[in-house]
Amino acid sequence: MDFKTFYNEVVTDHNLHPLHKHAIENPDFEMEGVNPSCGDEITLQLKVEDGVITDGGFVGDGCAISQASADIMIDMIIGKKTEEALHFADLFIRMIKSEATPEEIDELQEAGALADISHMPARVKCAVLGWHTLDEMIGKKNK
Amino acid sequence: MTDSDLKKSVIEYRKLFPVLQQDIAYLDNAATTQKPQSVLDAMKYYYENDNANPLRGVYSLSERATSSYENARIKTAEFINAAAPEEIIFVRNASEALNLLAYSWCEDNLSEGDEIVVSVMEHHSDFLPWKYMAEKKNAKLVKLEPDETGAVTDEVLDKCLSEKTKLLAITQLSNVLGRVNDIKHIAERVHSAGALISVDGAQSVPHMKVDVQELDVDFLSFSGHKMFGPMGIGVLYGKREHLEKMRPFMYGGEMIQTVHWDRVTYAELPHKFEAGTVNVGGAVGLSAAIDFINQVGWGVIEAQEEVLTKRAIAGMKNIDKIRIIGSQNEADHKGIVTFCVEDVHPHDVADILGRSGVCIRAGHHCAQPLMDHLGVKSTCRASFAFYNTEEEVDRFLAELSKIRGLMGYGF
Repeated sequence: MDFKTFYNEVVTDHNLHPLHKHAIENPDFEMEGVNPSCGDEITLQLKVEDGVITDGGFVGDGCAISQASADIMIDMIIGKKTEEALHFADLFIRMIKSEATPEEIDELQEAGALADISHMPARVKCAVLGWHTLDEMIGKKNK
Repeated sequence: MTDSDLKKSVIEYRKLFPVLQQDIAYLDNAATTQKPQSVLDAMKYYYENDNANPLRGVYSLSERATSSYENARIKTAEFINAAAPEEIIFVRNASEALNLLAYSWCEDNLSEGDEIVVSVMEHHSDFLPWKYMAEKKNAKLVKLEPDETGAVTDEVLDKCLSEKTKLLAITQLSNVLGRVNDIKHIAERVHSAGALISVDGAQSVPHMKVDVQELDVDFLSFSGHKMFGPMGIGVLYGKREHLEKMRPFMYGGEMIQTVHWDRVTYAELPHKFEAGTVNVGGAVGLSAAIDFINQVGWGVIEAQEEVLTKRAIAGMKNIDKIRIIGSQNEADHKGIVTFCVEDVHPHDVADILGRSGVCIRAGHHCAQPLMDHLGVKSTCRASFAFYNTEEEVDRFLAELSKIRGLMGYGF
């Protein structure tokens, strides 16, 4: 696999110029996620009103894959219902496990740019860190 | 030996390593080294010709397995100049050696209020067992911090050692800083404080002559797989007087003299510490690795590793935004160079280099207390063995210089 399919512009852009890498005011949800293999850590924050995610942000430190993936995720789920966000998380995690169909990967829009990570076992945990944290944070609360 | 003789000799030895015949620059030798054909052949020969459960059977095959194993012990004892083969305990790796030592020795020698000194440079394997036992015994774990240049000076030692000190644990060669500690001098100071010294030799034993009697250390731990031997075999050396007084670490077969329901006596050294069927194949591989090191000689090994380290550090200093961790003086790095690329996470650096066939390590190197001490979260590390070439170093430097650009940073 060459460099471009992996550290592509989507990843380097979101890593270099993240849109949501900052704390938000009065979050309704907050959770820390850690990936011990890379030492990546993020704290994910969301504001939810009437079941709709109205704002989100994260603070953290880690490799480009983990930080870009979290940033892409937040960009995607703002304005969505929590169920839709959980659905995206499920799709994303399945995509990284090579279990998603091409249609499902399309549904993930920009996050689909991380599909090739499914071939890189050493980086899987980096890519799914934000998504797992999201799933734990709002998935559990909804159950 | 001239430069060109050294080069020729390295090229010849390199041919003996099957893994190195692929298109990679393997610069992660502090993690594990590759194995020469002679080590692989020795293990294959053992399993094809001499394999039986050693130390038990009285038939010839088992006797051959026993002598394969015990000859490896004799060879290992000679290699580090132990006073007797019984002072060599075979274990799985340096981690197991250090656990054996901490569990067994602390149980009878550490009491409430006593102190164990552990350097902040230690690998987790030389930190966690001591921490666990100190907590269990209500003893104090004292942190040894080298001075700002990374040196363990007398002043540093004076701060740590007291009449309460029972043992000091330190590495001979830091797996992050690449710096060699003056163990002979440290041992003298520790002994005059009335304590014992345990040395982690996992990085030093493969790269320099280590003589336990000359250094006068009480314990030395190392792994076979970092010195061209197989994984799964390692060594705890201990002075006989200490080992004899220590209780067993693991209980089971072959470590006893007699066992009855109400009374047990344990085997003599070294078998007291080697419960269960032992790793003869691994010991045979380690023995072949020692033969290999002796054949190459420390002259070639140290000269080539010095050439590579100097070349790497000089080259890295010429690349913008590379920060070398630890001493900036190349003479203080023995085959290990740890570094950061500004703004780029070490895992991204290692991943990008890996895509070009350059194998380096990224992360905390199992030394998180040292990372805290240095104020970094994680780092990259290139580490050399004598079979590496200057071309591999150049390939590493060329790829390293591209990284910030690939990650979208201007230079």
